[in-house]
Amino acid sequence: MNKLLSPDKSTVLFLGNEAIARGALEAGLAVATGYPGTPSSEVIESLAGVAARRNLYVEWSVNEKVALEVAAAASFSGLRAMAVMKQNGVNVASDFLLHLIASGTRGGLVLVSCEDPGALSSVNEGESRYFARMLEMPLLEPADFQEAKDLTKWAFELSEEIRNVVMLRSVTRMSHASGNVVCAKLPTKSRRAKFEYDGPVMDSQTGPMISTPVVAKHRLHQEKLKTVEALFEKSPFNRYSGPAKPKLLVVTSSVCFLYVREALSMLGLERDVGILKLATTWPLPPRLLERNLQRAEKILVVEEVLPFLEENVKVLASAMAGRIGVKTFFGKYDGTLPAAGELNPDIVARAIGGIMKVKPKTPPASYLAEVKKAAALIPAREQTFCAGCPHRASFWNIRRAIALDGREGFVCGDIGCYSMAALSPATGYNTMPTLHSMGSGTGLAGGFAKLSAFGLDKPVMAVCGDSTFYHAVIPALINAQHNRADITFIVLDNAGTAMTGFQPHPGLPVSALKETVPAVDIACVCRGIGAKVAVADPFDIDGTSKILTDYLAEKGSVKVLILRQACALSPEKKGKKTFNVRVNEELCLGDACGCNRLCTRVFRCPALTWDSARKKAVVDEVICAGCGVCVSICPQNAIVKAQGNM
Amino acid sequence: MKKRKPAKTLNLILTGVGGQGNVMASRVLAGMLVDAGYVVTIGETFGMSQRGGSVMSHLRVSPDEVKSPQIPAWGADVIVALEPLEALRVLGVYGNPDVCVLSNTRPVYPIGVITGELGYPSREIIMEKFSLLAASAWMIDATDAGVRLGNPVLSNIVMIGALAETGLLPFNRGMFAKEIKKTLPPDKLSLNMKAFDEGRAMIRQESVALKNL
Ligand code: SF4
Ligand code: SF4
Repeated sequence: MNKLLSPDKSTVLFLGNEAIARGALEAGLAVATGYPGTPSSEVIESLAGVAARRNLYVEWSVNEKVALEVAAAASFSGLRAMAVMKQNGVNVASDFLLHLIASGTRGGLVLVSCEDPGALSSVNEGESRYFARMLEMPLLEPADFQEAKDLTKWAFELSEEIRNVVMLRSVTRMSHASGNVVCAKLPTKSRRAKFEYDGPVMDSQTGPMISTPVVAKHRLHQEKLKTVEALFEKSPFNRYSGPAKPKLLVVTSSVCFLYVREALSMLGLERDVGILKLATTWPLPPRLLERNLQRAEKILVVEEVLPFLEENVKVLASAMAGRIGVKTFFGKYDGTLPAAGELNPDIVARAIGGIMKVKPKTPPASYLAEVKKAAALIPAREQTFCAGCPHRASFWNIRRAIALDGREGFVCGDIGCYSMAALSPATGYNTMPTLHSMGSGTGLAGGFAKLSAFGLDKPVMAVCGDSTFYHAVIPALINAQHNRADITFIVLDNAGTAMTGFQPHPGLPVSALKETVPAVDIACVCRGIGAKVAVADPFDIDGTSKILTDYLAEKGSVKVLILRQACALSPEKKGKKTFNVRVNEELCLGDACGCNRLCTRVFRCPALTWDSARKKAVVDEVICAGCGVCVSICPQNAIVKAQGNM
Repeated sequence: MKKRKPAKTLNLILTGVGGQGNVMASRVLAGMLVDAGYVVTIGETFGMSQRGGSVMSHLRVSPDEVKSPQIPAWGADVIVALEPLEALRVLGVYGNPDVCVLSNTRPVYPIGVITGELGYPSREIIMEKFSLLAASAWMIDATDAGVRLGNPVLSNIVMIGALAETGLLPFNRGMFAKEIKKTLPPDKLSLNMKAFDEGRAMIRQESVALKNL
């Protein structure tokens, strides 16, 4: 049995994301959409796995804005729907979101944002909580796995109560952590879709779904927020625990609640410090805050990343200062806690310990001295492309073409596994100096290419992954072509969204529900806008570098090279080797070879290692994926391949 | 050998290098313990951190309460390492004089070591550091056992078998068999049981752990 469908009252170990998915099922979800992005992807993935049995429509949308639009259509038709994305996905969806909130919704509509404080798997630690305030949207933040499920379910009810979108925010340490969850009943009835639109314009339930008349609808929405506030006042998800009159009151939400509880037990301060755990973080319920802020003179706000909660609490506290007195606040503004990076129990314990003048316990000094000695022996472990990764080969080709061309060409980067080429110079061979948001590499490249009149005369390249292409690259590519920007645009097509776990995208003939669907061909799209297109296999080093070198020399506008080779971890490749590769020790000259150890110092596949005793390269057969690329880079032909098991 | 039945929270860290089957191992352990009535919290990161980098799962086994998915510094009770260097790395942040370590012997060399910029400590040095930084430590050739059984990734199951034999965590062979039945296809079961038993046997052979206080 799929554990997402576990029976009523059973206790199951769920990922935070699975708990969110289960909560949505318990609420009677009909439509779920999303764009893959760590740490959010498992919500949609797990729902896709039960779609047939629960009669759901689940889709991986082309990007987050479209995901929200598809979900909204379901809501307009009276169904319960959810759109799921990572933090910066909310930025992409935000333009529609602004107008959606203005028009209102019908069936419960929940926007799930899974955020990544500390950027564990992101190139930003953006905050979407500010959208809640800026766009006036109720915000819920679960503090444990049970709550992740229960709050999600409640979010749908709340959304229907106020007929508008509700945002649920999780973070990596919740979405990708797991814990016990007690399940409740799954509904047996499902709703029928019905879309009405001939009622009065101000009636969001029967009238047209539009944001005008703007000011009148805006006012109406603000009135509804008063209902939200009233419901939040009574919400059982907001809880105080601790002594009636604590020496310090900690106000917190999300997984930070678990850090605070841990910190108090580390410091032995459970009887001195109280915790106000809030699950409804925008709009804050003022009376609940008033009752609790009264408890203590000193207040610490613990949250990730920016001081969103702290600001909102302070605004309320200043308005009620006449009744509750003037408080001393600790948090991000006074530097008690850092306003960048994620938190953990140790950081929180130091913050609380600093205020309460208690030090967390550490092992004896002699132990710490030994730890220090051992630490000096531990080499860093850099992230890198997997053994057999097509991206390593692609960047090797790019590096070669740039060197042959001789004009210091460079690559504008984009979002995916290949982002690593920018994060570590050794991985991208120093070719990729820019990295921003989805699709931005191509936009930037188009801009750089227009600067030759100002003296910037270098060949400009952009890379993007297959999934990224559809998500946000197409407008930038059209822009470059139309404005005659001379760029070499390289699609690193590894047949899936590798970084987040092989979700399908519009380029593949299969959907999230494993149905056969039309594949949108990247080459055709590029040809359609008038660009020159070639397709190659990055593992064919000679063929690929030749095309690239020619492209760099050629004047024109957009030249497209699609490099096609499946990800080394893709289900069809995993565990299989195209070639059995080994080093012929007689031919390997080791340090004596004039190549400066091209194989192990420069190419850097984790499976191609160096035997420092014998001074020869050696292939680690456990790690080697058998791609055979290293065979073509060794100038001595010392690396040899035989047919493998594929 | 200590038998631990957690009356208080037991903190286990499973560590290794991306791609070694860390996540799967932590799920299997947690699944058994949830069925045994414990409140388990697993904290892990996956995504980019998997690409050849160090990976860690924090497993917290409590009689009654959800825990922070991140174990506090110096707070590990047990460290299980699919790669020996990673055991050392984890000891440097979460170690304490009472911690127990179970480690695979097979190194996965960081890129910096392959290029010759960094050094990798010898097996002897790693063992010496374990004996200085842990109350007990076991080192077994789990990857070799996996390779012998036909797939190096089975090393994670070998390690789980070994962990069962150390008695550091409240689970046994029967619970393991029941757990893997939930997720693995039937034709994979006997191979995984073999890997599990291999791990147990390795701990029995290593009759005296490096340092067993
Ligand atoms: S997951 Fe695939 S695309 Fe990503 S680094 Fe590994 S081989 Fe390359
Ligand atoms: S064949 Fe060479 S490049 Fe490919 S994975 Fe093996 S060692 Fe690495």
